[in-house]
Amino acid sequence: MNVALVEYGAGNLPSVERALRLLGVESRRASTPEALSGCDALILPGVGHFGALMRSLGERSLVAPLRDAVSRGTPLLGICLGLQAMFATSDEAPGDTGLSLFPQKVSALPATDRLPHMGWNQLRRARPSKLLEGIPEDAYFYFAHSYAALDAGEAGVAYCDHCTPFVAALEQKNVFATQFHPEKSGPVGAKILTNFLRQAGNKV
Amino acid sequence: MSLAHRIIPCLDTDGERVVKGVNFVNLRDAGDPAALAARYNIEGADELVVLDIAASRDHRPTFLETIRRVAAELAIPLTAGGGVANVDEGRAILRAGADKLTVNTAAIRNPPLLTALAAEFGSQAVVLAIDAKRVGDRWEAFVRGGSVATGIDAVEWARQGVDSGAGEILITSMDKDGTRSGFDCPLTAAISRAVSVPVIASGGADTPETFLEVFREGRADAALAASIFHDSIQGLGALKRYLGENGVSVRQAG
Repeated sequence: MNVALVEYGAGNLPSVERALRLLGVESRRASTPEALSGCDALILPGVGHFGALMRSLGERSLVAPLRDAVSRGTPLLGICLGLQAMFATSDEAPGDTGLSLFPQKVSALPATDRLPHMGWNQLRRARPSKLLEGIPEDAYFYFAHSYAALDAGEAGVAYCDHCTPFVAALEQKNVFATQFHPEKSGPVGAKILTNFLRQAGNKV
Repeated sequence: MSLAHRIIPCLDTDGERVVKGVNFVNLRDAGDPAALAARYNIEGADELVVLDIAASRDHRPTFLETIRRVAAELAIPLTAGGGVANVDEGRAILRAGADKLTVNTAAIRNPPLLTALAAEFGSQAVVLAIDAKRVGDRWEAFVRGGSVATGIDAVEWARQGVDSGAGEILITSMDKDGTRSGFDCPLTAAISRAVSVPVIASGGADTPETFLEVFREGRADAALAASIFHDSIQGLGALKRYLGENGVSVRQAG
């Protein structure tokens, strides 16, 4: 299958590529509008800064093509900052507009506990989820962030609690995202990627 | 549901091979970093740290290749460092496959480096490593692999480092390092109380009880160890079972 990783100059592409390769899937990097079309699935990985990510997508003219791919029904998986980029705005970069696939905003986690939220944490399931299918309720996933979406409406399928409850996984039709890093979350993380690829028609 | 306390095996390397010593001296070979990384990944390590303790400019390409080889074995986060003195060197380490980088000597000499690294890669990718030794009634930060005293108070430096952009503190007790006599809980607790970011305790790891102590009394968020894991003195699975049975939140392996 044809999986494209959105390349925007930052992000942790090698670790996502490695995780996919272990599942028998070779991915390619997409950094132009043309490269975003004609793929079976898109992954938007992310580490770094909301504003830097959106500006970088803008400079490469990738914002509209990404939204178009989603409208056409191409499965999209956002990881960490890639989840945050799907929202309208973020406290991290008040002047910048996100992909706005979801109307809510990304907030700074209140400093009632240690930040960044760094390490392995568990999820609280809110709704049945294709992404989390077959994953034990008490599984741990790896997080590394200080900002999060506190609300994603009906799309929020799992939440995590650190400082405040926040969206740990969301899905709506062909759009999927995790605030944690599946590519860094051992066997259960690999299962998340497998579940996503199945949505894109992969038989694995 | 709460954030798990992390157990972090550490690979001290000469750039290419894992080495170990006591109190930062008398180094000897302890194996291939990629082979150890593969083992710890399966056994349930929560994260891995790989350090170039020689950190000479000449063999930096060798260390970057070591990071690549180690990263290729992991489905868990990797932190790497040793001699990082500027943003470009930090970028090279992250590009080689590390998720976070440690800075030590260069940050003390040039604190704005932490700010520059955090601006470029995010605070979550910047770990301030501090080597501290008891001097009178306080702890002093040492640099260059623990060989040079700075006169700087380690706790105050941790606080300043976080203000400058560090997203995590790796505190190594030079008094305890390599002694297998337990972590330095007073030092770790002092750092932990002083900062708002996660704190990794290092130096002195021994029995499961010593880990329990550093999580309870030392208020550590993570504990790092090397030789007890390399020499199979302590298994990761058994250690985590013990901690779990004693009420410490941990991620059980597998």
